[in-house]
Amino acid sequence: MQWNSVSDFFAMGGYAFYVWGSFGLTAAVMVLETLLIRSQRTELLRNLRNELLSERNSS
Amino acid sequence: MTTRVIHWFKFASPQSFYFLAGRLWPGFAAVAAVLMAVGLWISFFVAPTDAQQGQGYRIIFVHVPASQMSMFIYLVMAAWAGLGLAFNTRLSGMMASALAPTGALFAFLSLVTGALWGKPMWGAWWVWDARLTSELILLFLYLGFLALQSSIDDPRRADKACAVLALVGVVNVPIIYFSVKWWNTLHQGASVSLNSAPSMATPMLLGMLTMVAAFWMYTIAVALARVRNIILERERHTEWVKHAVE
Repeated sequence: MQWNSVSDFFAMGGYAFYVWGSFGLTAAVMVLETLLIRSQRTELLRNLRNELLSERNSS
Repeated sequence: MTTRVIHWFKFASPQSFYFLAGRLWPGFAAVAAVLMAVGLWISFFVAPTDAQQGQGYRIIFVHVPASQMSMFIYLVMAAWAGLGLAFNTRLSGMMASALAPTGALFAFLSLVTGALWGKPMWGAWWVWDARLTSELILLFLYLGFLALQSSIDDPRRADKACAVLALVGVVNVPIIYFSVKWWNTLHQGASVSLNSAPSMATPMLLGMLTMVAAFWMYTIAVALARVRNIILERERHTEWVKHAVE
Protein backbone atom coordinates (compact mmCIF):
# COMPACT_ATOMS: atom_id res chain seq x y z
CA MET A 1 0.00 0.00 0.00
CA GLN A 2 1.53 3.28 -1.09
CA TRP A 3 -0.93 5.95 0.00
CA ASN A 4 0.29 8.13 2.83
CA SER A 5 -3.17 9.48 3.59
CA VAL A 6 -6.77 9.39 2.37
CA SER A 7 -6.35 12.80 0.75
CA ASP A 8 -3.31 11.48 -1.13
CA PHE A 9 -5.48 8.68 -2.45
CA PHE A 10 -8.13 11.09 -3.71
CA ALA A 11 -5.49 13.44 -5.15
CA MET A 12 -3.96 10.63 -7.26
CA GLY A 13 -0.66 12.47 -7.53
CA GLY A 14 -2.29 15.41 -9.30
CA TYR A 15 -4.16 13.27 -11.81
CA ALA A 16 -7.38 13.15 -9.77
CA PHE A 17 -9.64 14.58 -12.49
CA TYR A 18 -8.37 12.17 -15.14
CA VAL A 19 -8.19 8.99 -13.04
CA TRP A 20 -11.40 9.48 -11.06
CA GLY A 21 -13.12 10.81 -14.15
CA SER A 22 -12.26 7.62 -16.03
CA PHE A 23 -13.20 5.22 -13.26
CA GLY A 24 -16.29 7.23 -12.36
CA LEU A 25 -17.56 7.34 -15.93
CA THR A 26 -16.95 3.61 -16.38
CA ALA A 27 -18.80 2.81 -13.16
CA ALA A 28 -21.66 5.14 -14.10
CA VAL A 29 -22.04 3.57 -17.54
CA MET A 30 -22.11 0.05 -16.10
CA VAL A 31 -24.62 0.91 -13.40
CA LEU A 32 -26.86 2.78 -15.84
CA GLU A 33 -26.73 -0.06 -18.33
CA THR A 34 -27.89 -2.62 -15.77
CA LEU A 35 -30.63 -0.31 -14.51
CA LEU A 36 -31.78 0.29 -18.07
CA ILE A 37 -32.05 -3.42 -18.81
CA ARG A 38 -33.99 -3.93 -15.60
CA SER A 39 -36.43 -1.10 -16.33
CA GLN A 40 -36.91 -2.33 -19.90
CA ARG A 41 -37.82 -5.74 -18.53
CA THR A 42 -40.31 -4.26 -16.03
CA GLU A 43 -41.98 -2.20 -18.74
CA LEU A 44 -42.07 -5.16 -21.11
CA LEU A 45 -43.68 -7.43 -18.52
CA ARG A 46 -46.23 -4.76 -17.65
CA ASN A 47 -47.16 -4.27 -21.29
CA LEU A 48 -47.41 -7.99 -21.97
CA ARG A 49 -49.59 -8.56 -18.90
CA ASN A 50 -51.89 -5.71 -19.92
CA GLU A 51 -52.18 -7.17 -23.39
CA LEU A 52 -53.02 -10.54 -21.87
CA LEU A 53 -55.69 -9.03 -19.62
CA SER A 54 -57.33 -7.05 -22.39
CA GLU A 55 -57.31 -10.14 -24.61
CA ARG A 56 -59.08 -12.14 -21.94
CA ASN A 57 -61.58 -9.39 -21.18
CA SER A 58 -62.55 -8.85 -24.78
CA SER A 59 -63.00 -12.52 -25.65
CA MET B 1 -23.58 -45.74 -15.21
CA THR B 2 -25.89 -43.72 -17.39
CA THR B 3 -24.72 -40.96 -19.69
CA ARG B 4 -26.92 -37.95 -20.16
CA VAL B 5 -26.83 -36.44 -23.59
CA ILE B 6 -27.29 -32.70 -23.88
CA HIS B 7 -29.10 -31.79 -27.06
CA TRP B 8 -27.31 -28.50 -27.64
CA PHE B 9 -29.34 -27.53 -30.69
CA LYS B 10 -32.44 -27.38 -28.54
CA PHE B 11 -31.09 -24.10 -27.18
CA ALA B 12 -31.28 -22.56 -30.64
CA SER B 13 -34.97 -22.05 -29.93
CA PRO B 14 -35.70 -18.70 -28.27
CA GLN B 15 -38.00 -20.44 -25.82
CA SER B 16 -35.34 -22.81 -24.47
CA PHE B 17 -32.63 -20.19 -24.47
CA TYR B 18 -34.82 -17.72 -22.57
CA PHE B 19 -34.91 -20.00 -19.55
CA LEU B 20 -31.27 -21.07 -19.86
CA ALA B 21 -30.15 -17.43 -19.98
CA GLY B 22 -32.36 -16.76 -16.97
CA ARG B 23 -30.48 -19.36 -14.96
CA LEU B 24 -27.03 -18.31 -16.19
CA TRP B 25 -26.84 -14.54 -16.00
CA PRO B 26 -26.91 -14.16 -12.18
CA GLY B 27 -23.85 -16.42 -11.90
CA PHE B 28 -21.93 -14.34 -14.43
CA ALA B 29 -22.98 -11.15 -12.65
CA ALA B 30 -21.73 -12.48 -9.32
CA VAL B 31 -18.37 -13.53 -10.78
CA ALA B 32 -18.11 -10.13 -12.49
CA ALA B 33 -18.69 -8.34 -9.18
CA VAL B 34 -16.02 -10.38 -7.40
CA LEU B 35 -13.47 -9.94 -10.18
CA MET B 36 -14.22 -6.22 -10.33
CA ALA B 37 -13.64 -5.87 -6.58
CA VAL B 38 -10.36 -7.79 -6.77
CA GLY B 39 -9.29 -5.89 -9.89
CA LEU B 40 -10.01 -2.51 -8.32
CA TRP B 41 -8.11 -3.52 -5.22
CA ILE B 42 -5.07 -4.44 -7.31
CA SER B 43 -5.45 -1.29 -9.41
CA PHE B 44 -5.28 1.06 -6.47
CA PHE B 45 -3.51 -0.77 -3.65
CA VAL B 46 -1.18 -3.34 -5.18
CA ALA B 47 0.01 -1.88 -8.47
CA PRO B 48 2.90 0.51 -7.78
CA THR B 49 3.42 4.07 -8.95
CA ASP B 50 4.71 4.39 -12.48
CA ALA B 51 8.17 5.87 -12.99
CA GLN B 52 7.08 8.18 -15.82
CA GLN B 53 3.36 8.67 -15.42
CA GLY B 54 2.97 8.61 -11.64
CA GLN B 55 -0.58 7.75 -10.63
CA GLY B 56 -2.06 8.80 -13.97
CA TYR B 57 -1.28 5.46 -15.61
CA ARG B 58 -3.96 3.78 -13.47
CA ILE B 59 -6.46 4.72 -16.15
CA ILE B 60 -5.03 1.67 -17.92
CA PHE B 61 -7.14 -0.52 -15.63
CA VAL B 62 -10.37 0.69 -17.25
CA HIS B 63 -9.12 1.90 -20.61
CA VAL B 64 -7.59 -1.40 -21.78
CA PRO B 65 -10.55 -3.59 -20.70
CA ALA B 66 -13.05 -1.23 -22.34
CA SER B 67 -11.04 -1.12 -25.56
CA GLN B 68 -10.55 -4.86 -25.71
CA MET B 69 -14.20 -5.52 -25.03
CA SER B 70 -15.30 -3.05 -27.71
CA MET B 71 -13.27 -5.03 -30.26
CA PHE B 72 -14.15 -8.49 -29.03
CA ILE B 73 -17.87 -7.77 -28.71
CA TYR B 74 -17.86 -6.58 -32.31
CA LEU B 75 -16.28 -9.85 -33.43
CA VAL B 76 -18.80 -11.91 -31.47
CA MET B 77 -21.66 -9.73 -32.69
CA ALA B 78 -20.52 -10.15 -36.30
CA ALA B 79 -20.20 -13.92 -35.76
CA TRP B 80 -23.76 -14.20 -34.45
CA ALA B 81 -25.00 -11.98 -37.27
CA GLY B 82 -23.19 -14.12 -39.81
CA LEU B 83 -24.64 -17.32 -38.35
CA GLY B 84 -28.11 -15.81 -38.47
CA LEU B 85 -27.64 -14.81 -42.07
CA ALA B 86 -26.32 -18.26 -43.03
CA PHE B 87 -28.72 -20.49 -41.07
CA ASN B 88 -31.70 -18.14 -40.84
CA THR B 89 -31.91 -18.67 -37.07
CA ARG B 90 -33.91 -16.06 -35.14
CA LEU B 91 -31.91 -16.34 -31.95
CA SER B 92 -28.61 -15.51 -33.67
CA GLY B 93 -29.93 -12.12 -34.75
CA MET B 94 -31.29 -11.57 -31.24
CA MET B 95 -27.86 -12.25 -29.73
CA ALA B 96 -26.21 -9.79 -32.10
CA SER B 97 -28.78 -7.16 -31.13
CA ALA B 98 -28.23 -7.92 -27.45
CA LEU B 99 -24.50 -7.32 -27.74
CA ALA B 100 -24.54 -4.12 -29.80
CA PRO B 101 -25.43 -1.58 -27.07
CA THR B 102 -22.80 -2.92 -24.69
CA GLY B 103 -20.17 -2.86 -27.43
CA ALA B 104 -21.09 0.71 -28.33
CA LEU B 105 -20.81 1.80 -24.70
CA PHE B 106 -17.38 0.21 -24.36
CA ALA B 107 -16.17 1.85 -27.57
CA PHE B 108 -17.37 5.16 -26.16
CA LEU B 109 -15.62 4.50 -22.84
CA SER B 110 -12.44 3.50 -24.67
CA LEU B 111 -12.36 6.82 -26.48
CA VAL B 112 -13.24 8.96 -23.46
CA THR B 113 -10.90 7.24 -20.97
CA GLY B 114 -8.25 7.40 -23.68
CA ALA B 115 -8.79 11.14 -24.02
CA LEU B 116 -8.62 11.55 -20.24
CA TRP B 117 -5.32 9.69 -20.34
CA GLY B 118 -4.00 11.50 -23.40
CA LYS B 119 -4.57 15.02 -22.14
CA PRO B 120 -2.12 14.86 -19.21
CA MET B 121 0.37 12.52 -20.91
CA TRP B 122 0.41 13.63 -24.56
CA GLY B 123 -0.95 17.12 -24.04
CA ALA B 124 -3.91 16.50 -26.34
CA TRP B 125 -7.47 15.27 -25.84
CA TRP B 126 -7.44 13.84 -29.34
CA VAL B 127 -5.11 13.10 -32.24
CA TRP B 128 -6.06 11.64 -35.61
CA ASP B 129 -3.76 8.72 -35.04
CA ALA B 130 -4.45 5.31 -36.63
CA ARG B 131 -5.70 3.51 -33.53
CA LEU B 132 -7.85 6.34 -32.19
CA THR B 133 -9.41 7.01 -35.59
CA SER B 134 -10.20 3.36 -36.26
CA GLU B 135 -11.72 3.00 -32.76
CA LEU B 136 -13.89 6.04 -33.53
CA ILE B 137 -14.97 4.29 -36.73
CA LEU B 138 -15.82 1.24 -34.60
CA LEU B 139 -18.11 3.43 -32.49
CA PHE B 140 -19.78 4.72 -35.65
CA LEU B 141 -20.25 1.13 -36.85
CA TYR B 142 -21.96 0.22 -33.58
CA LEU B 143 -24.18 3.30 -33.73
CA GLY B 144 -24.96 2.52 -37.37
CA PHE B 145 -25.95 -1.02 -36.40
CA LEU B 146 -28.30 0.28 -33.69
CA ALA B 147 -29.77 2.97 -35.95
CA LEU B 148 -30.29 0.55 -38.83
CA GLN B 149 -32.00 -1.91 -36.51
CA SER B 150 -34.47 0.63 -35.19
CA SER B 151 -35.19 2.00 -38.66
CA ILE B 152 -36.52 -1.31 -40.06
CA ASP B 153 -39.87 -2.46 -38.72
CA ASP B 154 -39.72 -6.17 -39.45
CA PRO B 155 -37.19 -7.67 -36.99
CA ARG B 156 -36.11 -10.46 -39.36
CA ARG B 157 -35.32 -8.00 -42.14
CA ALA B 158 -33.62 -5.68 -39.68
CA ASP B 159 -31.45 -8.58 -38.51
CA LYS B 160 -30.41 -9.37 -42.08
CA ALA B 161 -29.51 -5.76 -42.90
CA CYS B 162 -27.61 -5.35 -39.65
CA ALA B 163 -25.82 -8.63 -40.24
CA VAL B 164 -24.44 -7.33 -43.53
CA LEU B 165 -23.34 -4.12 -41.83
CA ALA B 166 -21.68 -6.04 -39.00
CA LEU B 167 -19.83 -8.36 -41.37
CA VAL B 168 -18.64 -5.58 -43.65
CA GLY B 169 -17.40 -3.61 -40.64
CA VAL B 170 -15.50 -6.51 -39.11
CA VAL B 171 -12.41 -5.64 -41.19
CA ASN B 172 -12.00 -2.64 -38.89
CA VAL B 173 -11.16 -4.78 -35.86
CA PRO B 174 -7.83 -6.16 -37.11
CA ILE B 175 -7.04 -2.65 -38.34
CA ILE B 176 -7.46 -1.32 -34.81
CA TYR B 177 -5.43 -4.19 -33.40
CA PHE B 178 -2.50 -4.01 -35.81
CA SER B 179 -2.53 -0.22 -36.26
CA VAL B 180 0.23 0.30 -33.69
CA LYS B 181 2.41 -2.17 -35.58
CA TRP B 182 1.60 -1.12 -39.14
CA TRP B 183 1.76 2.66 -38.76
CA ASN B 184 3.86 5.21 -36.97
CA THR B 185 1.34 6.02 -34.24
CA LEU B 186 1.30 8.14 -31.12
CA HIS B 187 -0.61 5.40 -29.30
CA GLN B 188 1.55 2.98 -27.36
CA GLY B 189 2.48 -0.32 -28.95
CA ALA B 190 1.71 -3.77 -27.60
CA SER B 191 3.14 -4.48 -24.14
CA VAL B 192 1.78 -7.99 -24.01
CA SER B 193 2.39 -10.56 -26.74
CA LEU B 194 2.21 -14.30 -27.20
CA ASN B 195 5.87 -14.68 -28.06
CA SER B 196 7.77 -12.76 -25.42
CA ALA B 197 7.62 -11.76 -21.77
CA PRO B 198 5.40 -8.76 -21.01
CA SER B 199 7.17 -5.44 -20.78
CA MET B 200 4.98 -4.45 -17.86
CA ALA B 201 5.47 -4.93 -14.10
CA THR B 202 3.69 -8.06 -12.89
CA PRO B 203 1.28 -6.38 -10.43
CA MET B 204 0.20 -3.99 -13.18
CA LEU B 205 -0.30 -6.85 -15.61
CA LEU B 206 -2.26 -8.79 -13.01
CA GLY B 207 -4.54 -5.85 -12.36
CA MET B 208 -5.14 -5.36 -16.04
CA LEU B 209 -5.94 -9.05 -16.66
CA THR B 210 -8.28 -9.19 -13.67
CA MET B 211 -10.17 -6.14 -14.89
CA VAL B 212 -10.35 -7.58 -18.42
CA ALA B 213 -11.83 -10.79 -16.98
CA ALA B 214 -14.30 -8.74 -14.91
CA PHE B 215 -15.43 -6.83 -18.00
CA TRP B 216 -15.84 -10.14 -19.87
CA MET B 217 -18.11 -11.58 -17.17
CA TYR B 218 -20.05 -8.33 -16.99
CA THR B 219 -20.58 -8.36 -20.77
CA ILE B 220 -21.85 -11.94 -20.78
CA ALA B 221 -24.24 -11.23 -17.88
CA VAL B 222 -25.58 -8.08 -19.54
CA ALA B 223 -25.95 -9.74 -22.97
CA LEU B 224 -27.84 -12.70 -21.49
CA ALA B 225 -30.15 -10.40 -19.54
CA ARG B 226 -30.76 -8.18 -22.55
CA VAL B 227 -31.43 -11.05 -24.94
CA ARG B 228 -34.18 -12.21 -22.58
CA ASN B 229 -35.89 -8.85 -23.08
CA ILE B 230 -35.45 -9.13 -26.83
CA ILE B 231 -36.87 -12.66 -26.86
CA LEU B 232 -39.94 -11.59 -24.87
CA GLU B 233 -40.50 -8.64 -27.17
CA ARG B 234 -40.17 -10.55 -30.41
CA GLU B 235 -41.97 -13.72 -29.33
CA ARG B 236 -44.78 -11.89 -27.55
CA HIS B 237 -47.51 -13.59 -29.56
CA THR B 238 -46.50 -17.13 -28.68
CA GLU B 239 -48.22 -19.24 -26.06
CA TRP B 240 -45.12 -19.85 -24.02
CA VAL B 241 -44.50 -16.12 -23.55
CA LYS B 242 -48.07 -15.64 -22.45
CA HIS B 243 -47.58 -18.31 -19.82
CA ALA B 244 -44.17 -17.02 -18.81
CA VAL B 245 -45.30 -13.48 -18.02
CA GLU B 246 -48.31 -14.40 -15.91
